[in-house]
Amino acid sequence: MTDLTLRLEGICKSFGSLSVLKDVDLDVNKGETKVLMGPSGTGKSTLLRCINLLDPPDTGRIWLDGREITAKGINVDEVRSSIGMVFQDFNLFTHLTALDNVRIGLVRVKGVDKKTATDMAMEELRRVDLAEKAASYPAQLSGGQQQRVSIARALALKPRLILFDEPTSALDPELTGEVLKVMSRLAEDGMTMVIASHEIDFARSAADEIVFMADGRIVEKGPPDVMFTSPQQVRTRDFFRRIGERH
Amino acid sequence: MTSFFEYAIEIAPVLLRGASMTLQIVALAIVLGIALGVLVGLARVYAGRTAYAFCTVYVEAIRGTPLLVQLFLLYFGLPSVGIYISSFWAAVIGMGINSGAYQSEYFRGAIQSIRSGQMLAARSIGMNRRQAIQSIIVPQMLRRALPSWSNELMYMIKYSSLAYMIQTPELMAAAKEMSAQTFRTFETFLLAGLIYLVIVAIVSRALMSLENRIKIPGL
Repeated sequence: MTDLTLRLEGICKSFGSLSVLKDVDLDVNKGETKVLMGPSGTGKSTLLRCINLLDPPDTGRIWLDGREITAKGINVDEVRSSIGMVFQDFNLFTHLTALDNVRIGLVRVKGVDKKTATDMAMEELRRVDLAEKAASYPAQLSGGQQQRVSIARALALKPRLILFDEPTSALDPELTGEVLKVMSRLAEDGMTMVIASHEIDFARSAADEIVFMADGRIVEKGPPDVMFTSPQQVRTRDFFRRIGERH
Repeated sequence: MTSFFEYAIEIAPVLLRGASMTLQIVALAIVLGIALGVLVGLARVYAGRTAYAFCTVYVEAIRGTPLLVQLFLLYFGLPSVGIYISSFWAAVIGMGINSGAYQSEYFRGAIQSIRSGQMLAARSIGMNRRQAIQSIIVPQMLRRALPSWSNELMYMIKYSSLAYMIQTPELMAAAKEMSAQTFRTFETFLLAGLIYLVIVAIVSRALMSLENRIKIPGL
């Protein structure tokens, strides 16, 4: 069990009277890439926000590397600094350059000295092929470039796992490729990732497991070839057929 | 009777001494106002209910009453409860507290115009609330507030003339005194007005260049 990075057990979450997550269990092993799929409004984003405690679950427990992070007395800021998060609309800090966006967590959260932090941040920018844009502000970058910087920002803190919340949904079609390429490379490098995405081709090639969610529950999960060709559940089949038609 | 020009040179030293007092009051009051404005602006967005209520009462009370009433309360009113402040400090404190209420609204508006994803992203990399406010929210807030905040500084330079009503020897008081001595009322106040105009023009230029200097694309 030493390679279990993340374990979710009985996660429930409601907003007012709206029950968004109903008893979700999920295990993610070290180095695994899991892609969450399913209709919008089905709780994928909420699940991701539960995992890094931005929206803590109402009930249920979460373990990160064997330590229960939903336990009382846990330092949630420290937990979040070890879980990267990439947002649909990037959310780069608008007043900071690409380099500073990647560096600020190292300096402010981890207390790394500025010179070392600069070297580390440049390293991460190189990893997403954006070293030459280090001095640019977010508004001067394309959507795809912004999203890659935000991936570098997540990587810089050496997270145990990275959560992606529909990372390409806000991008023009011609810009999704560069982001997915970076993500595929991370998957190959053994980064542990949980990704909410509708990108079938990416999921097919990069995911170890597809997790199909509907109405706040995990309906079915399995390796991509099985899920995309012969899913067991009617809902899964319908969803992938509809998504397939779009492609 | 000497010409306007000669008269101007004659009374310039007195008026400029008054102007220097005006500048001192404005400089101190605007700093006090920034401190109060930032704190109250942040508190009304991020702090708990008690702090919110407290700050709201402050802002509404100040904005709902004339500055002159506030200055009179400080300078003429407080002595009756045994608190004495000099007219200079009454002007600084009164105008600072007054400006803080208005400034807090500029800052609050600026914070509310920052997209919520900024805070979310800051928390997601492990910043606590205080770090996120300090490193992410405040720098953006200050930049966004600057254009409207600039007006506040212009107003204050001009409203500082009210300090003359509580016997602070600033520019307006100096002009009043000179006109009483020379009876050349029109020319004296024209000169005082010109000095205000020059100060405002210089400050306005300085603020514009500051705005350009800290400008960030897309913010």
